[in-house]
Amino acid sequence: MFKIASFPPRVQHSITAVKHHPDVEADVLMDLDEIDDEVTTKISSPGESLTSASAFMRYTPEMADLVVGRITEVKPILYYVLPRKWKVDVNSRQDAVLHLASVNLPGGVQRRKLESDELQMRTFFEDGDLLVAEVQGISADGSMQLHTRTLKFGKASLNKRNGQLVTVPPILVRRLKSQFYALPCGVDLILGLNGYIWVSKHTREQEQEGEVGFDAEAVYSNKNDVIDTATRIAIARVTNIIRILARFFIPITDSILIGAYEWVLDQECDVKDLLQDENAEALVTAIMSQT
Amino acid sequence: MGSRVEILNHGGYRSDGRRQYELRNFDIDFSGSNSTADGYCTVTHGLTTVIAFVFGPREASQRNLTMHDRAIINVEVNVAPFSSNDRRRRGRGDRRLLELAASIKSTFEPVVQIHLYPRSEIDIFIQVMEQDGGFLQAAINATTLALINAGIPMIDYVAAVTCGVSSTKPLLDLTTLEENDVPHVTVAVMPKTGKVTLVTMETRLHVDRFDEILNLAISASKTLHLHMRAAVRGYTTDLVRAMGSTGSTGKEAAMEDENMDVAI
Repeated sequence: MFKIASFPPRVQHSITAVKHHPDVEADVLMDLDEIDDEVTTKISSPGESLTSASAFMRYTPEMADLVVGRITEVKPILYYVLPRKWKVDVNSRQDAVLHLASVNLPGGVQRRKLESDELQMRTFFEDGDLLVAEVQGISADGSMQLHTRTLKFGKASLNKRNGQLVTVPPILVRRLKSQFYALPCGVDLILGLNGYIWVSKHTREQEQEGEVGFDAEAVYSNKNDVIDTATRIAIARVTNIIRILARFFIPITDSILIGAYEWVLDQECDVKDLLQDENAEALVTAIMSQT
Repeated sequence: MGSRVEILNHGGYRSDGRRQYELRNFDIDFSGSNSTADGYCTVTHGLTTVIAFVFGPREASQRNLTMHDRAIINVEVNVAPFSSNDRRRRGRGDRRLLELAASIKSTFEPVVQIHLYPRSEIDIFIQVMEQDGGFLQAAINATTLALINAGIPMIDYVAAVTCGVSSTKPLLDLTTLEENDVPHVTVAVMPKTGKVTLVTMETRLHVDRFDEILNLAISASKTLHLHMRAAVRGYTTDLVRAMGSTGSTGKEAAMEDENMDVAI
C-alpha cells in the first residue's frame, strides 16, 4: 500500500490470515465461548458498547474541562432574536457554543454586553481563530457551552498568534494539575483536554496576569510577534515530538515532553528528520527507558 | 461470457486454485492512519482492496438534514480508475456508486447506535483501490472495522461475504471471473445474533438454491467475523499497552484493558 516516508503510521498493526470455511479447516485463533451476550444486552451508553470506546472516541465533554477550540461560525443577531454566539470546533461530536456573554470584552470584565458588541463580534473572534476556553455546561443532547471569562483563558486565547496547533487523540491528554505549561526551552504549552494542543512562544508571567491591564487589543489580535529562529525551531521540535508520541499512542505529559526534548537535543537530530521512522522509534524507546 | 471458463473443475478446484468453500486471503490493516480520519481500515480479500475512512460523529455539514434524535450517516464511494482491468473514471454522480453507497448506508443504519449522537453526522468514505470481485463485501467489512476504529458504538459487527452457485454447487467469495459467470448473492450478517442486514442479488438465481447459499454465506460471515474480532482486539491491545508503557499511567491502562476485554 501507499506510505508516505516522512509520516509513517502511528502504531503498526496488521493481520493477515488465510481463511477457510469452517467445514474445510479451522485455523481460527479465537475461542467462541468468550463471545458474551452481555455485550448485546448492555449497550446503553457509548462506554459500554461494542467498541473500545474510551480509547478512540472523540472528545466527550465534562464540566470545567479546559479545551482548545477553533471558531467555525459566527452567529450574530438574526432578526433581533437570540443567537449572539460563536460555534467552536472542539473535536467533539458537535460544535460547542460560545455565547457573547461568556467572553471578556474590552473595558472591564463585568460590563453589560451592548448591541455594538454584537455588531463587532468578528473583531473578537473570527472564523478560524483559535481560543482556549473552559466547558461551562453540557446540555442534554451532548452539546456544550464554553466560557473564556477567567482572564487566564482570555489571555491565553491569543488567537492564531505565535504558535502552532497539534491534534492528538483526546485520551492521550490526561487531566493534570494544570493544563498550562511553560517548558524550559522557551515554549508554552496548552494541553486541551479535547486533544488539541497549542504550542507557542513563551509569554512572560507579568503579561499573563493583572486584571487591570486587560488589553483587548492584545488579547484579540491576530498579529504574530517577532519570533526568532531558535524559538521557531523549538516550537517545531516540540510539535514534532507530540506528533510522534501520538503516533505511538503515548500519553502526553509535561515531564515526558521535557525528557523527550532533552533526548532530541542530545541526538542533534534535525527537526524535520525527527518524524522519520527510525528516529521516532528511537525516541520512543528512549522515553520508555527513562520512566 | 464467450468461451466459457471452467468455474469448478473435476478435481473440485476453482480458477484460482481454491476449493468450493474456501475464502480468499483476508487482510486487515489499521496501521495506515496518516489521515485525519477518526477511523481507518484497509481490508483486502484476495486481490480486492478497499479502504474505509470514518469521520465523526461530528457537527453536521448540512444543517437542514440533521435530525434532533439521532445522527445521520453519510456514505460516499470512490473507485480508483486504476482499480480494475478496464481503466475507467467514475464520477461522483455515477449511478452504480450511488446505489452501492445507499446499500452500505442502509446496512449500517440499524447497527450503528446513531441515537446516541443527536444532531451529529457520521461520514463514511470508501475508496476502492483494487477490484477483483466482492467489492461490496470488502467495503462493508472495511466500514465495520473503520467504525470500530473510530470508537463509534455498534450493536454488533457486520461481516459480509459473496456466495454464488455454479451448476448447483455453491461457491464462496467470488472473484471477478466467477462473478461474471455465476449467479451470486452478497450477504451482510451481524454474527452474534445471526441477523442479516443486507442481501443483494443482481443476477437471477433459482429459488431452490437460495436457501442453501444464504445459510452458507451466513456461516462464512461468522468465520470472517472471528478474524475481524481478532484484529480489533490485537490492535486495541497494542494501543493500550503503548499507553501504559510510560509507567505512570500503567494502572489506569490496565483497568481500561480489562474493560475493553469485556467490551470488545
